[in-house]
Amino acid sequence: MAGSTHISARKGERILSLRGVSKKFGAVSALTDIDLDIHAGEVVALVGDNGAGKSTLVKVLAGVHQPTSGTVEFMGRQVTMDSPAAALNMGIATVFQDLALCENLDVVANLFLGHEMSPWRLDEVQMEVRAWTLLKELAARIPSVREPIASLSGGQRQTVAIARSLLLDPKIIMLDEPTAALGVAQTAEVLNLIERVRDRGLGVIIISHNMEDVRAVADRIVVLRLGRNNGVFTPETSNQELVAAITGATENAVSRRNERLESEARGEHA
Amino acid sequence: MTQNPTPMLDRSDARVRHDDSLMGAVREFLDRVKSGDLGMLPVAIGLVVISVVFSALNPVFLAPNNLVNMLFDCATVGVISLGIVCVLMLGEIDLSVGSMSGFASAMVGVLWVNMGLPVGLAILAALIVGALVGSIYAFLFNKLGMPSFISTLSGLLAILGMQLYILGPTGSINLPFASALVGFGQLWIIPKWLSHLLALLPGAVMVLTGMSVMRRRTAANLSAQPLGRLVLKAAVLTAALEFAVWYLNLGRGVPLMFGLFVALVVALNYALTRTQWGRSMFAVGGNREAARRSGINVKRIYLSAFMLCSTFAALGGMLSASRLASSSQQAGTGDVNLNAIAAAVIGGTSLFGGRGSAWSALLGIIVIQAISNGLTLLNLSSSLRYMITGGVLATAVIVDSLARRSRVSHGRA
Ligand SMILES: Nc1ncnc2c1ncn2[C@@H]1O[C@H](COP(=O)(O)OP(=O)(O)O)[C@@H](O)[C@H]1O
Ligand SMILES: [Mg+2]
Repeated sequence: MAGSTHISARKGERILSLRGVSKKFGAVSALTDIDLDIHAGEVVALVGDNGAGKSTLVKVLAGVHQPTSGTVEFMGRQVTMDSPAAALNMGIATVFQDLALCENLDVVANLFLGHEMSPWRLDEVQMEVRAWTLLKELAARIPSVREPIASLSGGQRQTVAIARSLLLDPKIIMLDEPTAALGVAQTAEVLNLIERVRDRGLGVIIISHNMEDVRAVADRIVVLRLGRNNGVFTPETSNQELVAAITGATENAVSRRNERLESEARGEHA
Repeated sequence: MTQNPTPMLDRSDARVRHDDSLMGAVREFLDRVKSGDLGMLPVAIGLVVISVVFSALNPVFLAPNNLVNMLFDCATVGVISLGIVCVLMLGEIDLSVGSMSGFASAMVGVLWVNMGLPVGLAILAALIVGALVGSIYAFLFNKLGMPSFISTLSGLLAILGMQLYILGPTGSINLPFASALVGFGQLWIIPKWLSHLLALLPGAVMVLTGMSVMRRRTAANLSAQPLGRLVLKAAVLTAALEFAVWYLNLGRGVPLMFGLFVALVVALNYALTRTQWGRSMFAVGGNREAARRSGINVKRIYLSAFMLCSTFAALGGMLSASRLASSSQQAGTGDVNLNAIAAAVIGGTSLFGGRGSAWSALLGIIVIQAISNGLTLLNLSSSLRYMITGGVLATAVIVDSLARRSRVSHGRA
C-alpha cells in the first residue's frame, strides 16, 4: 500500500477477464472452459465444493500453473502469466491456501521477500517499520517480527501472508480461504480489510466455504462445480439456491434456468 | 491525566519478555541454544577441546609458527569451503570441488609455466573455466532436473580426467620458486603494524554501524540494543583479535593468503546477509516453492550458487598450487573434497538447506586443519588421520540433525 492515494483503475472498469480457460493435470480436468470477469472496486466470491477447482483457478491467475487453453485479458490487453513474478509485476497479488512462506526466515524477511528495500544494502530498519505499520492495520497480534515464521501460529501466519499481498500495491488481490485458520476478531478484521481494499478501487477474489462471510462482503458470487462455471449469483440469493448450485442437486429453479439458458445459447450457435 | 509514553512499535506486545540487561543477553543466548539454535557454539567448544588435548600431547601444537603454518593451510581449502556454503545453503551439494581445484591448479601450471602465458591470464582462465563448470551443473539441474549429487559426481570423474589429460605423462609441473604466486602461498606475511591496525577494524566497524543502526531505530520508534552491550562486544572482539595478532607476530606473523581468505569470507557474509541475493538464497533453501511464488527467479539463484561454488573451488585450487609450488596429478584428490564439505557443516551450515553462514567455512576449516595438524605432529599415519577426521565429520552431521529436530519442535525451523 505504498501509494495508497492513487487508484489504479476506475471503479467499475473491467480489470481481469477470462475466456474459456482450461487446466488439465494429466488425465484430470481441473478446470474446463472457465469464464470470469473482475471489475475494479468489486468483491467476487468464488465458491464450490472441495475439488471444484477454486485453488487451481487462483493458481493459474497467480502464474503458478499455466492454463492448458483459453485466454486471459488484464486491463484490456491479452496477457500470459508465465511465472509468479510476471503476475506480481502486473499487479495480481495472492494469498495461497497452502501458505507460501519460508519458515526459516523472520516475518520482515517474508513480508518483503523478492521485493526488498534497497537490494544492495537491505534497509532493515525501514522494512521493520513498514512491517509493523502494515500488521497494525490488520490488527495482527504478532509478538515479534524478528522471530522465524516457524514460531508463529496458523492464524498469525495467515495474517503475515495477507499483509504480504497488500505490500506491492496490487490491482487485484486473490485470497484463497483466508479466514479458515483465523479467530473471530481476526476474521472480522480481514472482512473489514477486504471492504477497505475494495473501496480503494481494487478488485478482490475471495474463496471461502463460509456462506455468511461470503454474503457479508461479496458483490457477486461465482459458483464452480467440477471445474466448470455453475452460475453467478448475488448475495441476496437464498442459501438453498447457492447450496444447490454448489452441490449440483438437480431439481431446483436455478439449475433449470441455467440449463434453459445454456441450451438456448447452444441452439443459437448451432 | 497521566501521559503514557507511546510504546515502541516492536515492544507493544505484553506477552513477550524483554530484558536489556547483561543477564538478559545471557538468558536469551541460553534459550536459543536450548531450542537447537546452536550457532557457533559447537565449533567454539570443539576448538577448546582440540587445543587442550593436542597441546597436552605435544606443546609444539600451540607454538606461534605452527599456528602460522596452520593458517596458510586453512586458506586453500577454506576458500573451496566458501563455495560449498553457497550450494549447501540451497540444500544442494557439489562433490566435484576437489577435482575442480586440482584442474585449476593444473591449468595454471600448463598455461603459465609450460606455455608461457602471463600468470594473471592463466589465473583468469582457470576462474572462467570454474564458472563454466558451475553453469553446466546449474543447467543440468534447472533444465533437466538432474540431482546435483549425481551431476557433480560425474563431474568429479570427468574433471579429474581433464586434469590428468592436460598434465600429460610427466604428471607434475613445478612453479618457479621466486615467483609472486609462490611467495604469496608460502612466504608473504602482513606487516606487523598493518596486522595490528586491521585487527582494530572489526571492532570499530561494529561500533560505528551499531551506533548508526541504533540512531535510526530510535528515530523510527523501534527498540535498539543498549550502547553498553554493543561497546562491550566490540571491546571483547578487539581484545581477542589483537591478542591473536600479537601471538602470531611472535612467530612469522599473519599470512597474506589468510588475509585474502578472511576478506572473501567477509564479502560473502555481506552478500548473504545484507543483499537481496542473499535473502533469496535463504528463501530458496528454506522453501523453494514459496520463494518462486514470491517472484524470486529460483533458477537464477541456483545458477549463481553453482557458479560461485566451482569458481571458489578453482581459486582454492590455485592457492594450494601456490602453497605447494607445484601443479600435480595429486592436487585436489584425497581428502580435499571431504574436508571442504566437512568444514562448512562443522562450522554450522546445515546440510538441509536454508541455514548457514560464510563464517562457518572459516571456523570449520580451522577445526579441521587443527585436527589434521595435531595428528601430524603426533606422527600418526594418514590412515588414522582419515578415520579420526571422518569421525569428527560424522559427529558434526549428528549435531546438525539433532539440532534441526530440536528446532522443529521449538518452532525455529
Ligand atoms: N498439482 C496438481 N496436480 C494434479 N492434480 C491437481 C493438482 N492441483 C489440483 N489438482 C486436482 O485439481 C482438482 C481441483 O483442485 P483444487 O483446485 O485444489 O480444488 P479446490 O480448491 O476447489 O478444493 C482436484 O481434483 C485436484 O486433485
Ligand atoms: Mg482449495
